[in-house]
Amino acid sequence: MTKQEKDAKQQKATAYWIENIKYLFILLTIWFLVSYGAGILFKDALNQIKVGGFKLGFWFAQQGSIYVFVVLIFVYVRLMNKLDKKYGYGE
Amino acid sequence: MANSIMLLESLGVQNWTYIIVGITFTLYIGIAIWSRAASTKDFYVAGGGVSPLANGMATAADWMSAASFISMAGIISFAGYDGAVYLMGWTGGYVLLALLLAPYLRKFGKFTVPDFIGDRYYSNSARFVGVICALLVSFTYVAGQMRGVGLVFSRFLEVDINTGVMIGMFIVLFYAVLGGMKGITYTQVAQYCVLIFAFMVPAIFISIQMTGNPIPQLGFGGQLADGSGTYLLDKLDGLSTELGFAEYTEGSKSMIDVFAITLALMVGTAGLPHVIVRFFTVKRVKDARKSAGLALLLIAILYTTAPAVSVFARTNLIETVSNKPYESMPEWFKKWELTGLIDFDDKNNDGNIQYLADASKNELVVDNDIMVLANPEIAKLPDWVIALVAAGSLAAALSTAAGLLLVISSSVSHDLIKKMVNKKISEKGELIAARLSAVVAVVVAGYFGIHPPGFVAATVALAFGLAAASFFPAIILGIFYKRMNKEGAVAGMVVGILSMLFYMLKFKFGWFGGGGKEDWWFGISPEGFGTVAMILNFVVSIVIVQFTPPPPKKVQNIVENIRIPSGAGKATGH
Repeated sequence: MTKQEKDAKQQKATAYWIENIKYLFILLTIWFLVSYGAGILFKDALNQIKVGGFKLGFWFAQQGSIYVFVVLIFVYVRLMNKLDKKYGYGE
Repeated sequence: MANSIMLLESLGVQNWTYIIVGITFTLYIGIAIWSRAASTKDFYVAGGGVSPLANGMATAADWMSAASFISMAGIISFAGYDGAVYLMGWTGGYVLLALLLAPYLRKFGKFTVPDFIGDRYYSNSARFVGVICALLVSFTYVAGQMRGVGLVFSRFLEVDINTGVMIGMFIVLFYAVLGGMKGITYTQVAQYCVLIFAFMVPAIFISIQMTGNPIPQLGFGGQLADGSGTYLLDKLDGLSTELGFAEYTEGSKSMIDVFAITLALMVGTAGLPHVIVRFFTVKRVKDARKSAGLALLLIAILYTTAPAVSVFARTNLIETVSNKPYESMPEWFKKWELTGLIDFDDKNNDGNIQYLADASKNELVVDNDIMVLANPEIAKLPDWVIALVAAGSLAAALSTAAGLLLVISSSVSHDLIKKMVNKKISEKGELIAARLSAVVAVVVAGYFGIHPPGFVAATVALAFGLAAASFFPAIILGIFYKRMNKEGAVAGMVVGILSMLFYMLKFKFGWFGGGGKEDWWFGISPEGFGTVAMILNFVVSIVIVQFTPPPPKKVQNIVENIRIPSGAGKATGH
C-alpha cells in the first residue's frame, strides 16, 4: 500500500468514526432526557398532566422510558447499517 | 369428555406443577444432549454462529433472573414510584450496551471480558484484576439464583428447600458442563419462551378481571371494571394514604438517590460479564447491534408488564387483608404463612388484620418475593396458571445461573489457566479444564444456595456497583480514548472497586465506624454508590493517563481496528 492509499484509508476511518460519535451523542441525549429527565428530574412537573389514569411523570418512569429505549436501539441499528454501507464497511 | 375435564380440574396445584415442571425440564435436558460442545469455541462462544434472534432470546433469559421474575414486581408493589429505579436501571443499560460496547467488543472478537481488558491494556495484572471482578460479580449473583430455585421447589412441590437446590444444581450441571455456551444458548431460548408465557398469562387474566383490558400495560392506567369510573391508580393512591403509606405514584426516596441508583444499575448492567459475553456469540458486528435491540425488546415485554402486576397485586392484597378477620383468610394466606413469608401478629387481639405503615400498629408482614408467586392464587386463577408460574420462575433462575456459571468457568480455564498459568495447554486440555471448573462452580453455588450467607441481598447491589465501578469505565475508555493506557486503567479499576467496597462495608456491614442514612455521602445509598465509584474511576484513569506514557503502537492499532465494523470474522481465542 502506498502512503497515499494509507492516508485515504485513514481519513475514511476517521470520517466514519466522527459520524458514528455524532449519532451516539444524539441518541444518548434522548436516552437521558426520557429517563433521567422526564422520569426523575421533571417528574413532579409532568405529574400535573394526566393521560388516562397515568400521571405523566410516573408513566415515563415506569413505562415510557422503556419503550423509548427499545426504539432508540432499533434506530441506531438502522443508522449504522446505512453508515456502514456508505463507507463500504457493510458485510 | 366431561370426565376428562373433571379430571383436569381435580388435578390440583401440586400435580399440575409436577407435570409442567417435568415437561420443561425434559425439554432442557433434550436440548443439552442435542447441542453438546465439541471444541473450546463451542464451549465459550457457541461456535460464534448464533443468529441475532436466538442470541436476543438467550440474552433476555440470561438477563432476567429470579430477581426479575419473582422479586421485582413485588418490590415495586411495595415501593410504588421508587420501583422505577429497577425498571429504568435494568433496561436503560441495554442502550449503553448496544451503542457503546457490544459492537466493538464483538469486533475485538475474543472469548471473555478479562480477555479484552488484558489485551487492550497489554498487561497480565489488568487481566488478573478483570478475572477477580468477573468471579466476584458472578458468584454473588449465582448464589441468589440457587436460593430462588430452592424457594420455588419448597413452596410448590413441597420438598425441602435444600432438596430443591440439589435438583436445580443437577439440571444446570447437566447442560452447562455438557454443552457449555452452545448448550446454554439453546436451553435459554426455550427458557425465555417458558418464562415470558408464564409471566404474561396471569398478568393478562388479572388485568381483564380488574380493568376489563387484556393488555396489562394499558390496564393499570385504566378504570376499574366495577363500573365506578374510578381509575385504578387513583384508587391505589387513596388506599395507600388511608393506611399511612406514601402515595403509590409518588414514592419516598430522595431525587438524588433515585438518580444515582438508576445510573448505577444501568451502568452495572452494561458492565456485567455474563451479559457482555453473549455478544461474542454472533457472527458479525451488525448482528451484535441487532441482537442487543431484540434482547431489549424481549426484556421490555416483561419489564413493562411488571409495574402493572405490581399495581394489581398491591390493590388485591390490600382489599383482601385490610381490616378483615384473620379467620376468613383464604387458603393461600395460610400456605404462605407456613413458609414464613407472610407473618401475622395480632397486636391488638381483635382478630382482624391491621395492615398499616405505622410499624408499632402494623400486624402484617408480607415478603416481596411472594407477590408474583402468590398473585395468581390471590386473584383465584386456575391451578394450571399457578403451576405455570412455578415453571417460569425455575426457567428464570436456571437460565441466569447457567450464564453466570459459564463466566466463572471460562474465567478460570481461559483467562487464568490458558492465558496466565499454562500457555501451552492443548485445546482438549482446556476443554476439560473448562468443564471441571464448571462443576466446581456449580457445587460452590449450590453450597451458597443451601447455606445462604446473610449478606446475599446486600451483595447483589454490590455486584452491580462493582461492575459499574470496574469494567464499564475500563471498557468505554479502552474503545473511545485511544491514548488510554494500562497505568490509568489499572489505577481506575482499583480505586473504583475499593471505594465501592469501602462504602458497602461501612454502610451495610457497619465497618469503619458504620453510619446510618443521615451519614450517606450526598444522600446517596450504598445501592446508588456505584455511580460515584464509576465517576471516581473515570477521573482517576484520565488524570493518570496524562502523566504516563501512551500505549504501544500495536495497541493503538487494535483500537483503530475495533472501531471499524467490517471483517469481524469469528470470535477467536488466539
